[in-house]
Amino acid sequence: MTAVSSTGSTLGALQRSRRSHLAWLSVVLSVLACACLLSVSLGTRDVGWADIFAGVTGSTETIAQAVVVVRVPRTVLAVLAGAALGLAGAVMQGVTRNPLADPGILGVNAGAAMAVVIGIAWFGMETLDAFLWTAILGAGLAACFVYAIGSLGRGGATPLKLALAGAATAIASSSFTIAIILPRNDIAGGVRSWQIGGIGGASFDAILPCLPFLVAGLILCLLSARGLNLLALGDDAAAGLGAHVAWARGGAALGAVLLCGATTAICGPIGFVGLVVPHVCRLLVGADHRWLLPFSALTGAILLIGADVIGRIIARPSEMDVGIVTAFIGAPVFIWIVRKRRVRDL
Amino acid sequence: MTTLNVEALEAGYGSRTILTDLDLAVPSGAITAIVGANACGKSTLLRCLARLLRPTAGQVVLDGRSVRHIPTRDLARRLGLLPQSPIAPDGMTVADLVSYGRHPHQGMLSRWTQHDDRAVAAALEATRTADIADREVDQLSGGQRQRVWIAMALAQETDILLLDEPTTFLDIAHQVEILDLLVDLNQSRGTTIVMVLHDLNLAARYADHLVAIRCGRLHTAGSPESVLTERTVKEVFGVSCRVIPDPTSGKPMMLPLGRHRAGAGLSTEDTTS
Ligand SMILES: Nc1ncnc2c1ncn2[C@@H]1O[C@H](COP(=O)(O)OP(=O)(O)OP(=O)(O)O)[C@@H](O)[C@H]1O
Ligand SMILES: [Mg+2]
Repeated sequence: MTAVSSTGSTLGALQRSRRSHLAWLSVVLSVLACACLLSVSLGTRDVGWADIFAGVTGSTETIAQAVVVVRVPRTVLAVLAGAALGLAGAVMQGVTRNPLADPGILGVNAGAAMAVVIGIAWFGMETLDAFLWTAILGAGLAACFVYAIGSLGRGGATPLKLALAGAATAIASSSFTIAIILPRNDIAGGVRSWQIGGIGGASFDAILPCLPFLVAGLILCLLSARGLNLLALGDDAAAGLGAHVAWARGGAALGAVLLCGATTAICGPIGFVGLVVPHVCRLLVGADHRWLLPFSALTGAILLIGADVIGRIIARPSEMDVGIVTAFIGAPVFIWIVRKRRVRDL
Repeated sequence: MTTLNVEALEAGYGSRTILTDLDLAVPSGAITAIVGANACGKSTLLRCLARLLRPTAGQVVLDGRSVRHIPTRDLARRLGLLPQSPIAPDGMTVADLVSYGRHPHQGMLSRWTQHDDRAVAAALEATRTADIADREVDQLSGGQRQRVWIAMALAQETDILLLDEPTTFLDIAHQVEILDLLVDLNQSRGTTIVMVLHDLNLAARYADHLVAIRCGRLHTAGSPESVLTERTVKEVFGVSCRVIPDPTSGKPMMLPLGRHRAGAGLSTEDTTS
């Protein structure tokens, strides 16, 4: 009977972990709801609950209600962009099997921003649709470029080589972006947001066109969860378990590129969300991507709202761009990850 | 009974050819051990068998059908592989890892079934890893980790199991334990086992069929008695040896003769001081 009892305990262990995941899910959802409320009520001018209700239902009678009407799309954008970046980070870490992967560190966001700035400066691009397509193209090209450079030489695309290739690409793209903007006084004001990401000027008109891309990216990423689980075991083991390695990797990467490109098209390059969030989520729910991906999306939304609110409070009466705040939060985490894992493992 | 055959196989990496003109019939329902010097192409052969590497010529035939034409998931239900140095990601538990062995049996939409549960539990029992099921894989000892990987391959419930050096990094007790486990599996389920082993004596004792590879070519294949001879060892490994019958199993046993300490009295180190 020992077989039966220990089988029972094994299955019990699986069920226990499932229950704890669900508990964490409700915690994360509640925190997200609180963060949204804070984001609508806090800022240069704090707003009370009554005005929030009135503002959300469309009333703009008082200044406070008008402020709410502005802050609602801003909050929605923070949720979407944070979720997209958190999810993209988790997917990139899975695809490259690299704990340092992140849309910022791998140069994908910087590539997207550079593409948009080139479009504005050289081709007079103005419409949001054009920004979107250009950003996604730039993100895709940057991803391919970094992966190609990172795979050169012996051993293929090791985490360390990818991170170096990505960092170099990110720096090169942002320097190039600055070089394009500097002599152009006519566009300098408008393109500042392509150097540091921010969500200040959000409006539903700007958010709507991105939605199809975000949804497509979301679906692709969530569908790739099982494939990413297998890829984590190494290509040989994954193929041995019946995974289509190239398809799984390509589909997931395409999903991440769509998310990063669409996000960068409205917000500019925001770094470190995709790095920090998956590591925190792994502590909560482990390495199974079927849990990790949704958690990364929710936690990414929380982090970006939090960073945005902090940026509004600490720089009163002005505001600090959310991209700067996430960098302040993300840099120590980056160092922690590098220290935690011996360099040999990278 | 599943049959696995290799016909005129040629394979390599890039422009470098590693395996040339290799024919091999893997006896079904038996244990086959592949032996050969480092870098002679043993892992490459296993990767061709599992279709991880596409041959440049020749083919691998499973049940009369070239593996190239078998759908990936279908192949993974019939043939399992334990790579030479598998990696387990941070924070993955033993139960998680072993349950991934069920992947080829699950469709895009089909749910996890009771049979999946039973297969995972049975694999954990067989490898005696049930009591560490909720530990994290990267915090286990090398021997425990190896057993967990074998448990994953068992949960896959394939007719053929390919293992690349399943006993490296293990002490002698765990080596014997793993090999005994594979024999159990072979006898109880009739699983065909193909493994790469470096210990010739354990290979001769545990395998029904030995395959010696030399520089990417098949050197000899057959029963342990016909393969593990002084001449084959000399030709495959370049090592002189004596082969005597193992006093307990009667299988051939190899005793290497190095340049030093090979007998004929004591060496100087032993006599001084
Ligand atoms: N991915 C690869 N790319 C290029 N060359 C490779 C690759 N894998 C193996 N090789 C080369 O192919 C040859 C055979 O390698 P293989 O891994 O098959 O040897 P092996 O017999 O398994 O050796 P060992 O006993 O050390 O595991 C070696 O020269 C090796 O350098
Ligand atoms: Mg090998």
